[in-house]
Amino acid sequence: MTELGTFAWALRRDLRLAMRRRADALNVLGFFVLACSMFPLAIGPQREWLQRIGPGVIWVAALLATMLALPRLFEHDHADGTLDAMIASGRPLSLIVAGKLVAAWLVTALPLIVLTPLLALAFAMPAEAVPTMLGALLLGTPVLLGLGAIAGALTLGLKAGPTLVTLLCLPLYVPVLVFGAGAVEAQAAGLSPYAHLALLGAGMLAVALAAPPVAAQALRISVE
Amino acid sequence: MNLFRYAAPQTFYPLAGRLQPWFAAAAIALALAGLWVGFGIAPADFQQGEVYRIIFIHVPSAWMAMFIYLVMAGYAVFTLVFRTRLSGMMCRALAPTGALMAAISLWTGAIWGRPTWGTYWVWDARLTSTLILLFLYLGYLALIAAIEDTERADRAGALLLLVGVVNVPIIYFSVRWWNTLHQGASVSLSAAPRMASTMLAGMLLMSLAAWMYSIAAALHRVRSIILERERHTRWVRQLAG
Repeated sequence: MTELGTFAWALRRDLRLAMRRRADALNVLGFFVLACSMFPLAIGPQREWLQRIGPGVIWVAALLATMLALPRLFEHDHADGTLDAMIASGRPLSLIVAGKLVAAWLVTALPLIVLTPLLALAFAMPAEAVPTMLGALLLGTPVLLGLGAIAGALTLGLKAGPTLVTLLCLPLYVPVLVFGAGAVEAQAAGLSPYAHLALLGAGMLAVALAAPPVAAQALRISVE
Repeated sequence: MNLFRYAAPQTFYPLAGRLQPWFAAAAIALALAGLWVGFGIAPADFQQGEVYRIIFIHVPSAWMAMFIYLVMAGYAVFTLVFRTRLSGMMCRALAPTGALMAAISLWTGAIWGRPTWGTYWVWDARLTSTLILLFLYLGYLALIAAIEDTERADRAGALLLLVGVVNVPIIYFSVRWWNTLHQGASVSLSAAPRMASTMLAGMLLMSLAAWMYSIAAALHRVRSIILERERHTRWVRQLAG
C-alpha cells in the first residue's frame, strides 16, 4: 500500500464508520445549533445586541462542538484494539491520523459550516458578513481539529479524558477564536478581513503539516 | 568531570540536597535586600505614589512565570529525545512554582490595577496572555495528575509543553491584536515613565530572589519526586535505613 493508499484507507474507514453511527455527528450538530440559540434567550432579542455578539457566539459554539467530537476520534479505535493494530502495522501512523482528521472534519465541521448561514440569519448578521464568516470557519475548523487531535491522543483512555481535553485545548484555541471572530468584526468596522483570514490560513497550513505527526507521537506515548 | 553523571536520579539526589539550602538562603537574603531597597530607599512615584511599590513583587513573578515555562519546555525536549528520567521529574517539580508565579503576578496586578486604573481587571493583552499562561500550567498539571503511569505522564506532559511553547508567542500576538482592535490602548504598561535607579535596583534584587526561590523550591520538590519514584531501588532503601 502506498502512502496515499494509507491515507485514503483511514479516510474511507472513518467515513464508513461515521455513516453507520450517524447519530454521533447529528448530536454534535444539534449541540452547535442549540448552544447558539441559548444566547438570544439569555440576553434578549434586541437586534443590535445579536448583531454584535453573533460572530463570537457562533465561533465559541463551533469550538465547543468540535471538542465534543474529539473523544470519538481515537477512543473507539483504542477500546477495540484497532489502534494497536494500526501502530503495529508499520504503516506511517501520521498518515492514518491525517486520514482520520480529514474524515472527522467532513463529518463534524463541514455540516456545522453548512448550517452557519441559518444561524447568521438568526443573529441578524448582514448578508455581506456571511461569506467572511464561512471562509473563517473553513480555515479555522481544521486548526481546531488538529490541535484537538493532539489533546485527544494525549488523554487517550484516561477516566478524566473528556474534561481534560477541554482544559488542554481551550487555551490553545485562543488565536483561532481571535482571528476567526476578528475577520467578521474587521469587516463590520469597514476594514478588510483578509489579514485575519490570511493568518487563519497560515495557521491551517502549519497545523495540517504539524498536527498529524505530533498526534501520532502522542498516540505512541499513550499506547506504549 | 562528566556532567551527565548528574542526569541519573541517584547522583542528582544528594547534589540537589547539598545545593538546595544555599539557594534557599540566597533567596531569603536577596528578598530581604530587595524589599529593603524597594520599600525603604526607593522614592515614591510622582504619579502613582506608594502604590507602584507592588511592582517589586509583580514584575519578578511575571518574568519568572514566563521563564519557568521555557525551562520546562527545554527539559521536555530532553524527555522526548533522550528519554532521560530526571528531565521529566524536573518539569513536574517546576510546574507548581510556575503556576504560583503566574497566579501571583495576576493577583498583584489586580491589586495594583484597582487604585491605578480604577478596576481589578482589564482585558489588556499582557493580562490576558498571563491568564492563558496560567491555564497552560494548570492544563499541564491536570494532565500529569490524570496519568498514573509515570513514564507516560512525563512524556505526554513533555509533548504538551512543546505544543504550548510553540503557541505562547502566537497567543500573545493574537491577544494583542484582538485588544487593539476592540479598544484603543487605554492602559499601557510599556509607557510607564523611566524608573529611578534605586527602583531598578530593587526590582533586580527581587528578580534574583525569585530565581533563587524557584530553584530552591524545584530542587526541594524534585528530591521528593526522586524518592517516590525510586522507592523500590536499593539506594533509596539504604537511605531510608
